[in-house]
Amino acid sequence: MIRIENLAKRYKQNEALRGVTLNVGEGELFAYLGPNGSGKTTTIKILTGLAVPSSGDAWLHGFHIEKDSLLAKRQCGLVPQNINLDHELTVHENLDLHGKLFQMPRKERLARISELLEYVDLSNRKDSPVKQLSGGMRRRVMIARALMHSPRILFLDEPTAGLDPAIRRRIWSLVKKIQQAGATIFLTTHYIEEAEFLAERVAFLDEGKLVAIDTPRNLMNGLGGWALDRIVDGGMETSYFPDREEANRHIGLTEGSFSVRRVNLEDVFISLTGKKVLP
Amino acid sequence: MRGTLAIYHRELLILRKRFYRQLASMSVSPLLYLIAFGVGMGRDVRVGEHSYLEFLIPGLVAMNSMVQSFAIASEINIARFYWHIFEEFQAAPIRNIAYVTGEVMAGITRAIFATVIILIIAFLSGISLSYNLYFWLAVALNSFVFASLAVGLAMLVKSHSDQALLSNFFITPMAFLGGTFFPVDRMPEWVQKLLHILPLTHASKAIRAAAFGEKPDLLSYFLLAALGTALFILAFHWVNRARE
Repeated sequence: MIRIENLAKRYKQNEALRGVTLNVGEGELFAYLGPNGSGKTTTIKILTGLAVPSSGDAWLHGFHIEKDSLLAKRQCGLVPQNINLDHELTVHENLDLHGKLFQMPRKERLARISELLEYVDLSNRKDSPVKQLSGGMRRRVMIARALMHSPRILFLDEPTAGLDPAIRRRIWSLVKKIQQAGATIFLTTHYIEEAEFLAERVAFLDEGKLVAIDTPRNLMNGLGGWALDRIVDGGMETSYFPDREEANRHIGLTEGSFSVRRVNLEDVFISLTGKKVLP
Repeated sequence: MRGTLAIYHRELLILRKRFYRQLASMSVSPLLYLIAFGVGMGRDVRVGEHSYLEFLIPGLVAMNSMVQSFAIASEINIARFYWHIFEEFQAAPIRNIAYVTGEVMAGITRAIFATVIILIIAFLSGISLSYNLYFWLAVALNSFVFASLAVGLAMLVKSHSDQALLSNFFITPMAFLGGTFFPVDRMPEWVQKLLHILPLTHASKAIRAAAFGEKPDLLSYFLLAALGTALFILAFHWVNRARE
């Protein structure tokens, strides 16, 4: 569904993306995880036509992003990191404009707007100007807008950034619902729990390079499954164990403050790069 | 074509939402110029067979159609840098030429709207001129030139302040020197030659000749059409380059 081969992007002195290669299957919910500036947004911008790759190729549902750009764009919906709705227009007008940009006939547009506003639970805000909506509502309008033309692939760039935990969970269940309806989802995030909760596979990106790609379970099991955090000389030291019993046994040999917990994707990222995803 | 109409429709929607604000902003400056230069300074001045007020109205039409069609550059910049709506257009399956055409059509529409406002003010001031086909063609070509320039420059600038700088260097001097307030042919020959480089000088000339019912100078129409086409092509190339 999404095929990326050796994709690179250079901005003057800065190499934002350094030869990324990956495939995302049909109907998959794929998370692209990495700290700020790791190249996540650059990848999405290239795939959706907002940026030009310096080298490499990519295909969306078989259409090359540069050579068949119009057909490739038809395959995908984009929810960018920034709220990019027309604030002066109403929710309905924003969705209708998107439908027009994707050359949808009027009747189809109107039916789809009603359907999607119900889907994102905003039917009662149809005629509200976007500027009157809360951050979470705007994010849901953006998701509805991206789904207007029934794309096969949905790109979500940090869809819950800056939202409070309750709204974040609401967006997560919406994302799951969209995937269950058959869409392929490519999600970037720097929220570890978001990737763990949603994704079937995760790719770690660091300084424009892919450092690991697998299911969250395999990545975490690779470290052992259980972690023991200890405060040593004012700093945190973490050891990994295949099971809880072994971690507990180790506690008996240790002095000071400690805690045993399950390994998470942050541990995996730190073990691979020596850095935290969210500094 | 549908892409063009979508872009055009969006701009019209925005214009409709701000109708009263736009109406006020489009009326204020021509009204002030009319009062200050037309009624105040030019009451007893005659330019050829016409009163200064009659001379001034076509100049104001040329100036205001330039300013209003160029104003879409600010709208595009707000859409690009502030609201990020430009990304929505970039991610849509529409050709860049459709985007440029939609924005240029919106610029021309704004200019025609502004022209109608001046003509209403002129009518209320008791000024009667000829608003024939050549008059409207000249207004349309003038706005085509500046709307195309606006789209192109809006793609080149990197911030709002760059945009303001361009307006200060291009538009304001042209507004005063392009035959709006004084007859260019009364200037020394070398100044006339210099002023004829400006597209607004040709627009003022063509609009004024049409408004006075004189024979049109087709060279001015040709030059405006040629320059507009060249700027439109440049705008198309610069939209291509606007991708990161």
